[in-house]
Amino acid sequence: MKTTVIFKLLATIIGTGALLSAHAATTLTVYTALEADQIKAYQTEFEKTNPDIEIKWVRDSTGIVTAKLMAEKANPKADVIWGLAASSLAILDKEGMLTPYAPKNLPSIDAKYRSAANPPAWVGMDVWGSAICFNTVEAQKQGLPKPTSWADLTKPIYAGKIVMPHPASSGTGYLDVSAWIQMMGEDKAWAYMDALHKNIGQYTHSGSKPCKQAATGEFPIGIAFEYRAVKTKKDGAPIDIILPSEGLGWDIEATAIVKGTKNLDAAKRLADFSASRAAMEQYEKNFAVVAVPGIAKPDPLLPADYEKHLSKNDFVWASSNRERILTEWSKRYESKAEPK
Amino acid sequence: MNSSAARPESANLAAASLLPKRNADAILAGSLKTLLLLLLLLALVLPLIAILSQALLDHGNWAGSAPWVHLIDNPNFLPMVGRSLGVAAATALLVVPLAYLFAYGLQRTLAPCKSLWRGIALLPLLAPSLLPGIALIYLFGNQGLFKEWMNGSIYGFWGILLGEAFYTFPHALMILLSALSLADARLYDAASAMGASQWKTFRSVTLPATRYGIFGAFCLVFTLTITDFGVPKIVGGAFNVLAVEAYKAVVGQQQFDRGALIGLLLLIPALLTFGLDSWLQQRQRAQMSSRAEVLRPRRHWRRDGIYTLILLFISAALLLMIAVAIGASLVKLWPYNLQLTLMHYDFDNMDGGGWLAYWNSLRLALGTSIVGTVVIFTGAWLMEKTRSSPWLGNTLRLLTFLPMAVPGLVLGLGFVFFFNHPDNPLNFLYGGMTILILCSVMHFYTSAHLTAVTALKQIDPEFEAASASLKVPLWRTYLRITVPLCLPAALEILRYLFVSAMTTVSAVIFLYSPNTVLAAIAVLNMDDAGDVGPAAAMSTLILLTSLVVSLLLHWGLGSWVKRTQAWRTAGKQH
Repeated sequence: MKTTVIFKLLATIIGTGALLSAHAATTLTVYTALEADQIKAYQTEFEKTNPDIEIKWVRDSTGIVTAKLMAEKANPKADVIWGLAASSLAILDKEGMLTPYAPKNLPSIDAKYRSAANPPAWVGMDVWGSAICFNTVEAQKQGLPKPTSWADLTKPIYAGKIVMPHPASSGTGYLDVSAWIQMMGEDKAWAYMDALHKNIGQYTHSGSKPCKQAATGEFPIGIAFEYRAVKTKKDGAPIDIILPSEGLGWDIEATAIVKGTKNLDAAKRLADFSASRAAMEQYEKNFAVVAVPGIAKPDPLLPADYEKHLSKNDFVWASSNRERILTEWSKRYESKAEPK
Repeated sequence: MNSSAARPESANLAAASLLPKRNADAILAGSLKTLLLLLLLLALVLPLIAILSQALLDHGNWAGSAPWVHLIDNPNFLPMVGRSLGVAAATALLVVPLAYLFAYGLQRTLAPCKSLWRGIALLPLLAPSLLPGIALIYLFGNQGLFKEWMNGSIYGFWGILLGEAFYTFPHALMILLSALSLADARLYDAASAMGASQWKTFRSVTLPATRYGIFGAFCLVFTLTITDFGVPKIVGGAFNVLAVEAYKAVVGQQQFDRGALIGLLLLIPALLTFGLDSWLQQRQRAQMSSRAEVLRPRRHWRRDGIYTLILLFISAALLLMIAVAIGASLVKLWPYNLQLTLMHYDFDNMDGGGWLAYWNSLRLALGTSIVGTVVIFTGAWLMEKTRSSPWLGNTLRLLTFLPMAVPGLVLGLGFVFFFNHPDNPLNFLYGGMTILILCSVMHFYTSAHLTAVTALKQIDPEFEAASASLKVPLWRTYLRITVPLCLPAALEILRYLFVSAMTTVSAVIFLYSPNTVLAAIAVLNMDDAGDVGPAAAMSTLILLTSLVVSLLLHWGLGSWVKRTQAWRTAGKQH
């Protein structure tokens, strides 16, 4: 009550102060959970064909970008979402926050990697899946056998040696939890996570940190994703990349237009670009599976049949159960936060 | 000099114009003070009201206890309060005795190289609170230099304790240095005449005389620790504390109400401290009587030797933390590839905002120090040297002390609630550099204000009276006499604001946008992404920048300042 009076008073005092923001080129505010070291290449490629559009990035991990978009629902600040988990975009779609749009290259996009609606609410870019980074030097020093499956990770020998991303803040963390539940069924999956929790040294904010911590041996085993694992190994870290035998959790990085954008034309051009062959060739440099079939070249550090390792994943289920799963997860594992 | 400047005017003006001239001065001073009051209302009082109403109101109605019940209902919440209180108390219990020994060594012994030890002990002020966290990982983490000592337990209570000890040490030290600076030598003479042992003298003379300082230092360390989230964010591990929880609620989960409630909880220890401290300060006034003789320490080999060792040991520990952070920023892949490299300084390929973050921090530090010095110093002068209605003066005095009692985290949240309100016409400031500067000036207002007031009190009020009777306009007296006389204090304010703005995280973390990301925030984000090397690199850069600016202001401008200050020594020579 009182605050509105104060604001009205202020408004009259300041008057036209807010009118000082006019721009020549179109500026798109793009929300993303892409890795910082990927953004630059994608942006450069986009600007080659769209020099008149300037991108303003808002970058954070999947959970945080999702929370931010939900919080701004009444008054969205983003124009486009470029590079966010499809399981998150499905939630936003359900809330009616996305404008469906069929980008120019839609016919060549694999039907698995776009939303089922026509025109689609979101269109996939690439697939990212879980991978374990395993520090071989520390393993030898500490006598740790190399795990090959998710089940191996619950062995008592790994107590305190494993890091994984927090599923509420990190998309990589959530895709693991969601895959375990889908593969094992609710009861067995929670029992598995109870056992795994005993071995976890830390839950990290981002999906990349576990692999980087494995790289330095701070924690010898990091549950991360394949892009970061491959990149870290290429940078010279003494790690092996393990794809657990039961199957990999995975999600799609995708693009969508935010409903209510004032720059719809520019937003459409970015959506067109994100689905184009030129963009796919950029994604291919980082990921083993991209949304347009036949573009990805095998990475020597990953098996050629990488796509076959992906577990069965129901996105509708993963997104509609996200909140329930995260609440249960936080109840089980955050209350046990004792000093270690 | 001034009379000659005023002469042409006085020649032109009739004697009767004395009155309008006085009026012009009064109007100028009055309107400037009103402006200052408006600024403080807008950037301090209204944001605080905003956070209060966010936490306590539900759509404009009194929300009652419902939000609190909901907050406490979470089984994780009360243990978290306990952990926060515990680690803050433990830090204070560790830091205050150490800082006391250090201050005692500097003030009451004849230990050598005092200014060196003092300089080292103040170094932590130049670094963001994230730096000790990073250093601790390299020292005691699972791959740390001394990993056997802690065996992985650095993540949690011990990490926070040690990190906060580093971060709060200089703050406690400054209070205790001033508490130990003055003592009545007659009391010590009396004690030794009565044959009291050294320990007895210490217990019955020194300790009682400094108990307020000890209490103040304890409260300050406690408050700083409980409201800081830089250290626990990095080495807290699973040891959740309130400050991190408030940060996570707002930045991570966009739960603003929850953030506001925790913010209010964090305000309690700060307000208690503030209240108790000002009450105690009033009581302490009569400690030094006019007949007191200043105590000068005498040579005492054994004591001086022991204290030299203490000074050396603590300084070495502080330097070790800094050296480790700098080392971490230069090593390729700790601990496997120890080649030296600058690759961690290639910020543009990392999370966190790249070099833009660093340049933004420089802009913020420059903006805060320049705007802040002008506003705060002029404000202090107006309050000290010009007359106005008592209510205006008293209100201003109260408001300039308020920032000291408000933790950065609470102020930052208040700014979010106030400036990001869709109905606020100042909403356009949100996301820009102006709001960051405004917030930083408010955050560090009180300390800077006190420095200005102390300097202004040393100037004879006769200057204003003399100038006024010579019909020199008020602003000219201010610019040509007051400012030059107080130049050292003004430069100290400038330095303090620059360094504080360079290193702060707590208030600005809620206010930055992609275009105004800051260096200290980049450190936090890079650590989140697992890039500890680059995080160490950015911390190093912040530390070096603060150090260079401090030294420049100290030495570069020092000689120039000395010339304007010749009057201080001139009077003492005869």
